[in-house]
Amino acid sequence: MSIDTTAQAAATPDAQQPWSELGLKADEYARIKEILGRRPTSAELAMYSVMWSEHCSYKSSKVHLRQFGDKAPKTDALLVGMGENAGVVDVGDGYAVTFKVESHNHPSYVEPYQGAATGIGGIVRDILTMGARPVAVMDPLRFGPADAQDTQRVLPGIVAGIGGYGNCLGLPNIGGEVVFDQSYLGNPLVNALCVGVMKHEDILLATASGTGNLVVLFGAKTGGDGIGGVSVLASETFDADGPAKRPSVQVGDPFTEKVLIECCLEIFAEDIIVGIQDLGGAGISCATSELASNGDGGMHVILDSVPLRDATLSPEEILMSESQERMCAILEPANLDQFMEICAKWDVDAVVIGTVNSSGRLTIEWQGEQIVDVPPRTVAHEGPVYNRPFSKPASQDALAANSASSLARPTSADEFVETVLALVGSPNLADKSWITSQYDRYVLGNTASATPEDAGMVRIDDSTSRGVAISTDCNARFTMLNPYLGAQLALSEAYRNVAATGARPLAVTNCLNFGSPEDPSVMWQFSEAVTGLADACLTLGVPVTGGNVSFYNQTGETAILPTPVVGVLGVIDDVHTHLSHGLPADDLTLIVLGETKAEFDGSEWAHVVHAHLGGQPPQPDLEAERQLAEVLISAATEGMVSAAHDLSDGGLAQAVVEMCLRGNRGATLNLSGDAFTGLWSESVARAVVAVTSEQSAGLLALAQQHGVPAAVMGTSGGTSFVVNSPDVTFSIALDTLRKVHTATLPALFDH
Amino acid sequence: MARVVVDVMLKSEILDPQGKAVERAADRLGYSTIASVRQGKRFELQVDGPVDDAALASIHELAESLLANTVIEDFTVRVEDN
Repeated sequence: MSIDTTAQAAATPDAQQPWSELGLKADEYARIKEILGRRPTSAELAMYSVMWSEHCSYKSSKVHLRQFGDKAPKTDALLVGMGENAGVVDVGDGYAVTFKVESHNHPSYVEPYQGAATGIGGIVRDILTMGARPVAVMDPLRFGPADAQDTQRVLPGIVAGIGGYGNCLGLPNIGGEVVFDQSYLGNPLVNALCVGVMKHEDILLATASGTGNLVVLFGAKTGGDGIGGVSVLASETFDADGPAKRPSVQVGDPFTEKVLIECCLEIFAEDIIVGIQDLGGAGISCATSELASNGDGGMHVILDSVPLRDATLSPEEILMSESQERMCAILEPANLDQFMEICAKWDVDAVVIGTVNSSGRLTIEWQGEQIVDVPPRTVAHEGPVYNRPFSKPASQDALAANSASSLARPTSADEFVETVLALVGSPNLADKSWITSQYDRYVLGNTASATPEDAGMVRIDDSTSRGVAISTDCNARFTMLNPYLGAQLALSEAYRNVAATGARPLAVTNCLNFGSPEDPSVMWQFSEAVTGLADACLTLGVPVTGGNVSFYNQTGETAILPTPVVGVLGVIDDVHTHLSHGLPADDLTLIVLGETKAEFDGSEWAHVVHAHLGGQPPQPDLEAERQLAEVLISAATEGMVSAAHDLSDGGLAQAVVEMCLRGNRGATLNLSGDAFTGLWSESVARAVVAVTSEQSAGLLALAQQHGVPAAVMGTSGGTSFVVNSPDVTFSIALDTLRKVHTATLPALFDH
Repeated sequence: MARVVVDVMLKSEILDPQGKAVERAADRLGYSTIASVRQGKRFELQVDGPVDDAALASIHELAESLLANTVIEDFTVRVEDN
């Protein structure tokens, strides 16, 4: 096979090239020719097509994402902001943490186990690349209806893949979400979050500087897996094309990743590298072009040096391969021997594939011929940017007008009991331990709190009691009703969940899962959601440190519910003071903090009981959210409460039932107003706390000091969940609640 | 009774971590001529009645739907002599 060299490309300007099949548009191909002053070689075409794909270039989202930078609140905590592999925040005592959430939706649909597994592998390498030791992972998941046939196929595989890879790596999986909704049937969402810890001075950046420095590829060999995965998998919808056109997926090897982590950490500790980049989507194309354009701007790579698993691979395939568990480092020649010694000790293959220079060009040779000669910035950072048209969908006003207020509500005691049980046992609110017990939550020995608590919490190091708490949230029904407010509500809930464990919210990451950006209605949802989130982050003083956009989540023409998953990270000085939600004793007073309004549109009740979605979501109140957080954080630090739980999906009824089941004791609620509103409203900025008689006065005073309404609503004790109100009085035995709450997922998936 | 064997192998472009582990172990044990190892699964099916085209078609279907994950694996079906 002849090699398509740069000389040949210049000599044959009219050769036909498969730019369209590689996902490039005519004007994009024309721009590549303009940049190069000739047609691209096939290797260059491969690089541009994959790096200019939606997944790598953010070409449709960039103009909107700028708001996260423009509206970023002033904070000293942010050490590295958006644009690097992951953001880094200061958590005190010289420690920094880095965290990020990414999507692996399409690969997980095609091959659930390996798709979800390599999703973990990829995000862990992103965190490692910042110089941090990965310490925990989390997975926000979305599936079609729990009883749908395809959910039966994808859910067990995805859960096993997350558990398999994460457990083998020895990383605790401390939280996440599992949500079922019709819109995800045929397009499940598999988001993966990782958090890592380092000292301030250990932060590393993806840069290739220093003329004469070496480019070293290390880790697994390069094979033919996942070729075109980025441009094809992440950019096209699943339709009737059938399995034949499905691209091959990647298979991960967590044990290789584990030694790669340890090898990298030893290399970092020896301080012998200038820059580092992980190989994820777009493989060597991405790593070399990003490293070069972030550094002195020039690099020469000899592609024949890349160790191959399959000797028949073409240079284009080598450039695009997404083989897992690979890293690329830049180092001074003087440090090469030491670098190689460390790699040999960990049994990690390492080979020099190129050198840094000051040419301003990324040049790649293959069998002695030059096959790539490009300005690296045009590949990595100066891809196309689209101002895609967006417009509010015609159906949006009708959706907003269709409130849940006219839906039939329970009136008799029997109907109230039925409603409690229907919600407690519904797939979205049921006990998730069938899933989470497949993950190791406590490995490494630093986990202070994990699923089903409001947020996962780990100590950042053995030598300290300082910890970080993380929660990811998104109620996509709210985002559907109003994307601007829905995104703010996602932040609100994650912020509240972190505060409810006693940690102070510090920074935000996000994974924005949407349909096709070519659909103006989807683009409108996206634009509204980003604006809403950026505005709310500014108000709450928590900057977005990074994240990921996943478009084309749709089946045919039908997009998923807009799902901007928001992750909030908080810091707690002493994990021993963290709050959990189980009721620890009898005769505690239950106090509801915050104001309860009659807000049912988009609620879990409307969804479960009436399969209804319409109206306006609960009104966010960020100031109230901030004050509530102050109360919860102070209460935790001062030991002023015995348990705390945020109120969100399923309202007060769900929260108190969960507190009862977790603490294995009953509770009695004495509601003064409308029982239905009291039990199932999903108003924001609320939490329920349990206090002893000694703690009570202090907590009430603290709430008053922060202007947070506090109402005594009940007591703990007994073996039933009891509700007394002017309208209705009922009682449900804990045994019944537990049976209903825990039976749902095993009945669906345990076979 | 006829025996039909279904061999399932990871597709050639797919990473085989188990095969790789065996390959490394073989090398450590001194079997230096082993250049590469790929590991697969073998299913032996005892079949009632004649192994005709219909029987083979049904085994093919079984392999496709249950024995192999055709997203990442290939399989072959062959009849063994008794």
